[in-house]
Amino acid sequence: MSTTVEPAPAPAPPRPKLRRRRTDGRLRGILGRLVELVLVLLVVSFGTFALVSLMDVDPAVSILGEGYAAEDYEKVREELGLNDPMIVRYFDWLGGALTGDLGQSVVPPYHDVVDRILAALPVSVELAALGMGMALLFSIPLAMWSAYHAGGRIDRFVSAGTFAVLSLPSFLVGLLVILVFSNTLGWFPRAEWSRLSEGLGDNLYHAFLPALTIALAETAMFTRILRNDLIGTLQEDFILAAKAKGMGTVHVLFSDALRPSSFSLITLMGISLGRLIGSTVIVEYLFALPGMGTLVIGAANTGDYVTVQGTVLVIAVIYVVTNALIDLSYGYLDPRVRRSHV
Amino acid sequence: MSEQASGPVVDAAPAVTLDEATRAPAWRGPLLAVVGIAVTVVAVVAMAGQGWAQAGVALVGLVVLYLGAVEIGRRRFGPAFDLTTWLCLIWLVVLIGAAIAAPILPIGEHENLAATMMDPAMARPDLLSDNPLGTNNFGLDLLARVLYGARASLVVALGAVLIGMVVGGAIGILAGYRRKTTDRVVGILANSLLAVPPLILLIALATVLDPSLRNIAFALSLMALPSMIRVARASTMSFAQREFVLAGRAMGASSIRIMVRELLPNVLLPLASYAMVMVSVLIVAEASLSFLGLGIQAPAPSWGNMISEGQGRVFEQHPHIVMVPGTVLFLTVFAFNALGERARARFDPRAGKL
Repeated sequence: MSTTVEPAPAPAPPRPKLRRRRTDGRLRGILGRLVELVLVLLVVSFGTFALVSLMDVDPAVSILGEGYAAEDYEKVREELGLNDPMIVRYFDWLGGALTGDLGQSVVPPYHDVVDRILAALPVSVELAALGMGMALLFSIPLAMWSAYHAGGRIDRFVSAGTFAVLSLPSFLVGLLVILVFSNTLGWFPRAEWSRLSEGLGDNLYHAFLPALTIALAETAMFTRILRNDLIGTLQEDFILAAKAKGMGTVHVLFSDALRPSSFSLITLMGISLGRLIGSTVIVEYLFALPGMGTLVIGAANTGDYVTVQGTVLVIAVIYVVTNALIDLSYGYLDPRVRRSHV
Repeated sequence: MSEQASGPVVDAAPAVTLDEATRAPAWRGPLLAVVGIAVTVVAVVAMAGQGWAQAGVALVGLVVLYLGAVEIGRRRFGPAFDLTTWLCLIWLVVLIGAAIAAPILPIGEHENLAATMMDPAMARPDLLSDNPLGTNNFGLDLLARVLYGARASLVVALGAVLIGMVVGGAIGILAGYRRKTTDRVVGILANSLLAVPPLILLIALATVLDPSLRNIAFALSLMALPSMIRVARASTMSFAQREFVLAGRAMGASSIRIMVRELLPNVLLPLASYAMVMVSVLIVAEASLSFLGLGIQAPAPSWGNMISEGQGRVFEQHPHIVMVPGTVLFLTVFAFNALGERARARFDPRAGKL
């Protein structure tokens, strides 16, 4: 779990709170973190499960439609297990989820939820990873260029530009990207997907525009954070020393300045994962790609709550575990910060 | 979109801007402003019906006007003058005012399909006609739809932030003041809400709830809650160790009194400035939900479902269907972001340089 949340960009360089702690406390810190992780996942799974009780229509009625017979109604309720107390149903569901069974969709053609998730997940993971990779590819040089000319025209332009991009919702970006690259220039197809098994080149070609859309907002965020940290690093003595030795600017930036400046970025990557998942969902819907987003939106539109529950649970688990890993890795990457749970 | 020319981060380099402002001749600002106005007027009046070219020229005119106004402002009010912040403020005041006054403004039909049967569908924006921002597929007036959409978006987002602020602020102060078990329980609950990515949380709630304004506001407030708790908790913790709290306790004040009378007034400012940024996040979230067809349902207007009308080839043939609500959405989000950043840098102890 992230401990300091900064969902919006701060103009001032965010200084991560450094907490020193004795090494013997570290193991306890990790254990405490693990317990908290399990508790959070339990609460999330219960919340996800309890969604049905918020529903204002009886799920059995929505399956049967209008004009059902009384015995049919009882049978469906029995099949769905709706007659059991909620807590019993929750543990049934949780037990099923732990053994890889998330139930069956309540709308025709009654697919197995796990099968559908397994088919959709690789698409979303690939898109999110490509988007994240592209964002890093764009933002690192941009941030360096900007930080190296801190206060200059370029820097101010980059700062203003990235701030403006952050105010663009991803569906708007997606529509513009489609308009320019697909409809006007005709370079890329729209609403087509080619699985990885059909060849890497083809797959990447079809994934390019969606990934670009996802990358744009992340690029803006990463650039701002990295720039702020880089400006601080570039004033350090060791940078001066490297320059005095006669190292070239590019060399100094990449091999001396980048690593010590990247810690805020790594923390932020965990936090921005939530937004990344959000934009992946929207982009999948926009480009009609067969990923988790399309799955969950389709299910939401048809009131297929079992599929929604399963998808939400899987996404939440991935999200929480990734964040915890990023949090742990942070302590190992930076020897100065053997940070533990606040 | 003239704000792009100079962001709110100008103060990163006050020395340079000061230098530029004093070096430029006095007539440059007014000249730029006049040229900008002239170009914009020409674009609007003489280039009617030319689509992208007209919009492009008008945009260039506005950018030139902006640059000129910045120079005039700096010369008149000193180098610290920040036109972007003022423009953001003006935009929000105008938008909110127009949204409130929408029923009495002389604008077209926003929702009733039967009333616009005879009106032209997909009319291009023409500021001098009856439909200044054009019409949609059903001949509904886009200006009216944008304003009624603003009512929905703003009511939902502001309502959700208000709920988040009250509930999250109370929980956060309690957790930050009591610490120990309370803090731990609140932390786990807040982390659980954060464990579901925001949009996924909204989609999940939209599956089971009716898409009424009240339900959408409720769903959005759940999204705002965890970060509100964190801000309130963090600033409570920084204030709880100060002398005035200790003095209060020494005088025998109860915990509740300390929280309400001593801590709350101090926590309110950072919380309110964070709420500004949160509003923009929630406006985008509501727009996303409506764009996906899970939020406010057409024909009732919302910026999100207006933009979704432009999917497929529609955007290519009728760019204004997307560009009009898209620009309004962008400007509003930008304005809340910029003002929120300003406020946060000033009032939030966590955002500033400690």
